[in-house]
Amino acid sequence: MNSLFTPLSWSDSGLILTGVWNTIIISVVAIVVGTVLGLIIGFARSESNKVVNALFGSVLDVLRSVPLIIQLILFSTFVGAMGSPLAPFVAGSIVLSLYTMAFMSEVFRGGFESVSPSMQTAARSLGMTKWQTIYHIRLPIGLRAVFPSWLGVSLSVIKDSALVSVIGYMELLRTSEQLISRTQQPLEILIGVGIFYFIISYPLSHYGRYVERKMAI
Amino acid sequence: MDYEFHWNIVFQNMPELLNGAFVTLHVSVLAMLLGVVIAILLAIAKMNNTKFFCHVATVWVEIARNTPALFQIYMAYFGLGAFGIHLSPYVAVLSALVFINAGYLTETFRGGFQSIPTTQYSASKSLGMTSFQAYRYIILPQMLRRIYHPMTNQFVWSILMSSLGILVGMSELSGTTQRLQSLSFRTLEFFIVAAVMYFVITKLVLFSSSLLARRLFKGEI
Repeated sequence: MNSLFTPLSWSDSGLILTGVWNTIIISVVAIVVGTVLGLIIGFARSESNKVVNALFGSVLDVLRSVPLIIQLILFSTFVGAMGSPLAPFVAGSIVLSLYTMAFMSEVFRGGFESVSPSMQTAARSLGMTKWQTIYHIRLPIGLRAVFPSWLGVSLSVIKDSALVSVIGYMELLRTSEQLISRTQQPLEILIGVGIFYFIISYPLSHYGRYVERKMAI
Repeated sequence: MDYEFHWNIVFQNMPELLNGAFVTLHVSVLAMLLGVVIAILLAIAKMNNTKFFCHVATVWVEIARNTPALFQIYMAYFGLGAFGIHLSPYVAVLSALVFINAGYLTETFRGGFQSIPTTQYSASKSLGMTSFQAYRYIILPQMLRRIYHPMTNQFVWSILMSSLGILVGMSELSGTTQRLQSLSFRTLEFFIVAAVMYFVITKLVLFSSSLLARRLFKGEI
């Protein structure tokens, strides 16, 4: 029995730190790419071209109505079957970014649509060009309004990044799973993992709520 | 494209997949019902002046909201083993979903309740209503209207997250898909069908929810 399982030791900290780092890096990639794409699509959709709207709408709908875990498995099997398998990190980043994009585009669309048309008319009547109106009026006002929602989506992406473990990416939860199967100490390891996510998520979610309250008044 | 699709085997196994879909719905409905009951209690506890209950509710809500669903499921499935509690995959996923649903819905309920001005309660009292009548006819109908959409979203979220059962060997839709594909190696076909089924389930839920909303609120939502 003793030779089969070895308890948790300090030499495992390297593995855990790799997991922490991998979780952080894939979350950051997904949030950045998802935000940029979501911003573009959200803006395009708020420009209310019905055809573009319906097209993007239906694609984004699929991304939001199919579980992330199924999307991950489907995508990585698909690229494998097509003969060009991707590294777990690349496949995971692509799926997670597109998934983030689907939510972000809704957030940004709401933000852009919250800028009242009369404000844009006013900007135009002051002699601003169309791009100046977008850059100086719609972007800052629209983005400011959606900051709490953006933060909420970002936090859920950090939590959802745990699912990338199913396609073999060594993020925190997967490293902990491996440690559990070696040490047979599930409780200690899992609590540690939970604390890590909590430490990241808790302050930010409170900050989001604080900003939301401040803006409401 | 060298891949050849074989759909036949998927259609042969359709009854099992449908059975999996049924389990998915089953676990999410149950998680939602239990989650709502606990969330009502937690929301009351949070608005209560008794410090102890308020703290318990706060800790529950914050843990549920700030840790990944997968972590909760692992905790229920592997973590509780340390206390000698061994849950079946179904119960583990169910309890994790109930835990999270309760956490999120608590905030929804509290927000919905606090969005009704207290003057409405005083006004109904001054019209001669009893406390029960004031809640039954004035406060709760308005509150239901405000929490209806967040609740629908939470339900859809539960359906999608129950797919994590695949990781603990539960036999809901994705778990069944995983088992069937490992028997036949038609991974792509099986998961495409599973994705379509999740999409259809989600759409059906949203559609029936908006039908129900139309009946309940007569268009004013």
